[in-house]
Amino acid sequence: MRRFLIGTLFLLLLATIIYSCQDAGQIKQDVYYVNGRDLYIKHCQNCHGAKGEGLGTLTPPLTDSVFLKSNREKLACYIKNGIKDSIVINGIKYEGTMPAFPELYDIDIAQLLVYISNSFGNKQGMYTTESVATDLKNCK
Amino acid sequence: MKLQISIPLSLFAAAIVLITSCQGEKKLPILGPRTVETVKKPDGSSGVDTVYKTIPNFSFLNQDSVTITNDKFRDKIYIADFFFTSCTTICPTMHRNMKEIFEKYKDNPEVMYLSHTIDFKYDTPSVLKKYAQKLGVDNGQWQFVYGSKDSVYKIAEKDYLVAVIEDSTAKEGYIHQGWLVLIDKQKRIRGAYDGTDTKQVAQLMKDIPVLLSEDKK
Ligand code: HEC
Repeated sequence: MRRFLIGTLFLLLLATIIYSCQDAGQIKQDVYYVNGRDLYIKHCQNCHGAKGEGLGTLTPPLTDSVFLKSNREKLACYIKNGIKDSIVINGIKYEGTMPAFPELYDIDIAQLLVYISNSFGNKQGMYTTESVATDLKNCK
Repeated sequence: MKLQISIPLSLFAAAIVLITSCQGEKKLPILGPRTVETVKKPDGSSGVDTVYKTIPNFSFLNQDSVTITNDKFRDKIYIADFFFTSCTTICPTMHRNMKEIFEKYKDNPEVMYLSHTIDFKYDTPSVLKKYAQKLGVDNGQWQFVYGSKDSVYKIAEKDYLVAVIEDSTAKEGYIHQGWLVLIDKQKRIRGAYDGTDTKQVAQLMKDIPVLLSEDKK
């Protein structure tokens, strides 16, 4: 019995070491990215396009890295509550409205944000469910 | 009820012709119901002929608040669809795909587009104008039209064979199909393609030159 316990503990330890060697953070981000892509195709691609290119001046592209970076804390609010005010992207003014997605959970929003902010020429790292929850509390 | 059946049926017919057309000369099918009628021939005798369904005369207001009729499409082939500007689901995809075709045939005045709004409450000509400008297609080749509910819904279902229903229980108030309907110079239906399906839109792209070359012979 005792040998069995020690054996299991040893194996567990080994697994943890191997797992953490692979940079757990990066793995999590990759998972979010892949799930985020599915969510994007389902909810966003019709308007924003497969390459994030937008649609005329009806829908802005998602390629403005500076905008995405400087509005990092507002992005979750945009998705959850939609956008009514006009917005300037890549120097062009957009006056449409983006629909709200109240049905999306915090984790969905985090995954979507990981996808869009690391695609289409953007490279802005991880969003966690916790950071989305915090951002959503501060929506205007 | 009949309408619901006729679209799958006509698509089936289209599929068969597409498959068989690989072997011989390419020609698009003529879709929709047809009748056999006795017609007077030029020499005075009478004979039997097949009469195909055609798009009847219409009159709508376009994005410039000008009344347009079938005359606008005389000697043109055109792609017709039904949409509304505030639609957040299938319409952006349909029009993204249609715009791609529009860009490709920009220099060919024989190819036109006709988008009917089904939102007779909100989509007035000025709203349509803004939409056309924002989509980047407001050069006249792509007409956006507004009409009474009856006239638009009737022409959708009876003539273009596209189902459109006003339904207060649907998320945005309408149920409609994303067909792009290809009309020839004789106003007959020559194809119906799901405007949200990349493969079917690619087929439409291939069919346009086939239809254009028909009249050249
Ligand atoms: C019905 C079309 C539509 C859909 C669907 C849609 N958006 Fe938008 N989106 C817009 C429009 C229009 C704007 C600009 C709003 C304005 O003009 O004020 C926008 C703006 C944005 C912005 C900020 C501006 C930019 O380009 O960076 C982001 C980020 C964004 N959308 C992400 C998303 C995500 C993520 C989804 C899917 C959950 C989504 N959108 C679904 C139409 C849409």
